[in-house]
Amino acid sequence: MNDIHWTAWSVFGFFFALVTVLGFVASRWKAADLSHLHEWGLGGRRFGTLITWFLLGGDLYTAYTVIAVPALVFGVGAYGFFAMPYTIITYPFVFAVMPRLWNVCRRNHYLTTADFVEGRYGSHWLALAVAVTGVLATMPYIALQLVGMQVVFEAMGFGGMREGSEIALVVAFVVLALYTYSSGLRAPAMIAFVKDIMIYIFVLAAVIIIPAQLGGFGAIFDAADKAFAAKPAVPPTGLILQPAQVTAFASLALGSAFALFLYPHAATGTLAASSANVIRRNAILLPTYSVALGLIALLGYMAIAAHVPAKGNAVVPALIMQSFPEWFAGFCFAAIALGALVPAAIMSIGAANLVTRNIWRPYVNARMSPAQQSSVAKITSLIVKVGALVFVVFLPLEFAINLQLLGGIWILQTFPAVVFGLFTRWFRPLPLLAGWAAGMALGTTLSWLQGVKPVYALPGIGLVYIGLIALLANILVAIAGTVLAAAMKRAPTPDATQPGDFADALTDPR
Amino acid sequence: MRRFLPLLLLVSYVALLWVPFYNTREPYLWGFPFFYWYMLLWVPIASLLTYVVHRGSRA
Repeated sequence: MNDIHWTAWSVFGFFFALVTVLGFVASRWKAADLSHLHEWGLGGRRFGTLITWFLLGGDLYTAYTVIAVPALVFGVGAYGFFAMPYTIITYPFVFAVMPRLWNVCRRNHYLTTADFVEGRYGSHWLALAVAVTGVLATMPYIALQLVGMQVVFEAMGFGGMREGSEIALVVAFVVLALYTYSSGLRAPAMIAFVKDIMIYIFVLAAVIIIPAQLGGFGAIFDAADKAFAAKPAVPPTGLILQPAQVTAFASLALGSAFALFLYPHAATGTLAASSANVIRRNAILLPTYSVALGLIALLGYMAIAAHVPAKGNAVVPALIMQSFPEWFAGFCFAAIALGALVPAAIMSIGAANLVTRNIWRPYVNARMSPAQQSSVAKITSLIVKVGALVFVVFLPLEFAINLQLLGGIWILQTFPAVVFGLFTRWFRPLPLLAGWAAGMALGTTLSWLQGVKPVYALPGIGLVYIGLIALLANILVAIAGTVLAAAMKRAPTPDATQPGDFADALTDPR
Repeated sequence: MRRFLPLLLLVSYVALLWVPFYNTREPYLWGFPFFYWYMLLWVPIASLLTYVVHRGSRA
């Protein structure tokens, strides 16, 4: 890594400068008073079908995905493709669930999922649990976006300059923090247009040009098959799943699909839509990105066939450098780096909304004006980003990866409070809180005992995603507790929502 | 019948979570083993099913 690829850096610099300008200009887009939190943090709920498609696509399919999914496929093969069923089956769920969340949040001026939980169950403790879980799960996710940027910086080289990639990361993140601070959710929404189009161009070029260089897809799959056959039997690898991997593959896909839209960045992007039908149309249209993701995952096999001199997270950048002219490599690297900036911005906004609405307001200052809420959120978004930066620069990479994995298990434990709450008020808040605590404890313990692994061997079934096991325990505790509370004739807590709040308003555009 | 239309949303869960349906190499398509093109094919099918449910609930 001693040479500097000036051409790649120049192209990269051009696109980075372009989106920086866009990020600041975005504050005037759909002009409104950004000192209101629903304007800064939800873009005034004015994003139509197309903007939401770009925003959520840019938000969910992150830089780390582009780096880590092919790296996993490179290492283990078919198992790494669990991201495909995961990102297909999440959308029917979104179609059935998220329009109800949008409706009830719009009617009652809720800005976060925890706002809804507080209103629905009359319990700011349950809301606090949902909010803290969201923030905890988001922090390492932001850190991993930085890792995504770091690997492309390293591929472009620093001419042996020590700490070069750290300095570049700090510069990129300070710029990101400033325009997020000033423009709020409008900044990533605008930048997402550029990012997503660049990613699609990168993917199209990759699946046309690289197979042509390597003798077609047949030859690529053959090369991967031979490479896996030459590997030892443990851990299992292969072009199709080994019998022991089947339940792990399916349960990871299902658990991840349920977890995805509970994450604050996904919920924020969804609540910013201008109508419930915008969300339904996006549940139909967003899978386009899943095709791109499937093709991106294939980069792992292409890297095997191309014999790239790299492993792990360096595989994709090395493949890009080896297969494309340097200027186009710079373009692809810019696409990946922007793929880090968009989610990082939305994640920090989502976390900031939670901290402001569900931690600061109920526990520190109950009488916040809208302007105060907005400034607390802006400052929180800065702190969250600095925290993620410190994480990546000073702690081992393993740490962020492990925490992100645990974060997925944790966020799934908010499922009963949020999703069941959209359909029934049968559950009571205290049992839901107990269920959440049980799920958090069980999930963390099962994973930790095995050295932070996502799956656990259930007798008689096989390897199952720990998030789902913990969710099952969570639900059972919530049911048992609710039955008990009803039997003891405890008075139910107040519900601030109306039954009609969950359906579309008749005046909404269809 | 229309009441049951939302059940179509469950079809892709069955198709993709019951892994034995597609955990094979044969038949190949354009060099892709079945495992891969089956999953890629389910993207538009799942979208279409959601679209059908959406249209059905609006009319």
